[in-house]
Amino acid sequence: MSLQIRGLHKTYGTQHVLRDVDLTIDTGQFVSLIGHSGCGKSTLLGAVGGLVTPDGGTITLDGTPVTEPGPDRAMVFQSYSLLPRLSLLQNVREAVKEARPDRTRSWVDEMTERYLGAVGLWEHRHKKPAQVSGGMAQRTAVARAFAVSPRILLLDEPFGALDALTRARLQQQLIELWGNESDTETVIMVTHGIDEAVLLADRVVVMANPPFASVREVFDVPIPRPRDRATVGDHAAYKDIQHQLLAILAEDQLVAA
Amino acid sequence: MSTNTQEATDPSIVVTDEALAALVGPPPPPRERRIAKIAGAVGWALVGLAAFVAAWWFASTRSPGLPSPALAWSTLLDTLADPFYDNGPNDKGVGLQLLTSMGRVGQGFGFAVLVGVPAGLLMGASRRTWQALNPISQVLRPVSPLAWFPIWLKVSQDAPRAAVIVIFITALWPVLINTAAGAATIPQEQQDVAKVFRFGRVAYLRHVLVPNALPSIVTGLRLSMGIAWMVIVAVEMLSGSTGIGAHVWTMYNTSNMPAVVVAIIVIGAVGMLLDLAFLRLGRAVAPKGRS
Repeated sequence: MSLQIRGLHKTYGTQHVLRDVDLTIDTGQFVSLIGHSGCGKSTLLGAVGGLVTPDGGTITLDGTPVTEPGPDRAMVFQSYSLLPRLSLLQNVREAVKEARPDRTRSWVDEMTERYLGAVGLWEHRHKKPAQVSGGMAQRTAVARAFAVSPRILLLDEPFGALDALTRARLQQQLIELWGNESDTETVIMVTHGIDEAVLLADRVVVMANPPFASVREVFDVPIPRPRDRATVGDHAAYKDIQHQLLAILAEDQLVAA
Repeated sequence: MSTNTQEATDPSIVVTDEALAALVGPPPPPRERRIAKIAGAVGWALVGLAAFVAAWWFASTRSPGLPSPALAWSTLLDTLADPFYDNGPNDKGVGLQLLTSMGRVGQGFGFAVLVGVPAGLLMGASRRTWQALNPISQVLRPVSPLAWFPIWLKVSQDAPRAAVIVIFITALWPVLINTAAGAATIPQEQQDVAKVFRFGRVAYLRHVLVPNALPSIVTGLRLSMGIAWMVIVAVEMLSGSTGIGAHVWTMYNTSNMPAVVVAIIVIGAVGMLLDLAFLRLGRAVAPKGRS
């Protein structure tokens, strides 16, 4: 049971953003994709989400080819991407209703209430996106993605635009939702924060810059859960991975320059 | 998207009211300030009007055909005293003529909206429809709507109906092009949301396409109405018989120049009110805050 990416290619003009990417992600894992800007990590995520059509290679989910968006995968974007004229409640409910036409109206309402409540926004549900903070907007987007009840959650630099405190709280909420609340099994998160990548993930996948544009290194993070943000840094494995990631990214930076 | 509005004020720059008062004296109360602002605007408008009337008066002393401002003013008062009199088909008040013209504009404009908005949405949302319709509309758009009049007169054998069709053609292009432009510029992030959550046609139309296109649609309506109101006068001058344009022509033919001037003033006032209505509508549908 897994997500398999085999020989994936994607070119924009003359730029190879993905070159022969092979990656297997086991069900139930939290995987961080890390790399410099423009290394193709968001493109890879988009391909898994079905938003980006690769030029070559295959993506299969439990043997079924992935070619378009589907209810088994939901996405959280860096830019929140809420529809500005809908309330937070409508943003979640309409998306769930459209993504899961197979479900009843009451299931849709139940999931909407459950996840808006879980991210602490139920009492703000009638507000418009413009009336809430960036953190609240992104929590709505997280609730929207979970409420579809996807098997795989795809996060594209979800906390990049938030301040450090808000980011920490949302990371915590994300782990709780994934671990306890939801049926969502696998999480793939694109990030350029080393600490965030290691703190949250079971595996950290490092992408290399173009022209190589492929998986450069994969680290397992053998730190038991639940992880405490305050003490996780003392863990030997954490420091080790952190150093190696820093070294690789610094080296890549030189190659790119 | 911007950040929370609370963060918009920088706490490091704090100017207390006391400090400000010490520097520049107490600010006038907001109400007083507003009245002063309005008085200023009205004052300068009156200055502009006075200059215009003075120039007009000067011109009228040199040219016997041009009625003087004073004559126009007294004719305007007479006209407005009884705008809706009806002495048979050849002698109707300006009010009735205006209503006739507005009815034609309303019909042609309404029909243009019914056709232009859906077609524009389709053009904006589908590249093939855009490619199919854009060349035709680009060729036909610069044609003066009056050039169509002979065709529609021949086809419909009825001048008022031909006038309505001309207004339809006039109003169609701005509505169509602006709607299409609005529908073609949906933010990428909203398109991605619609794809990831697999929005159906109805949900996409309702939650993504129309809300994003709406400000542009209203801009199109405003432009259309503005041009339609100009064109109706010209069409009715061509077609004769009824309407404010025909009235202008009849007054000219009977050498009643003050009535022509009054008609111009009334046409301008109605056009301004129509434009104002659409401006208000545009403000009402303008996106609020961040997207």
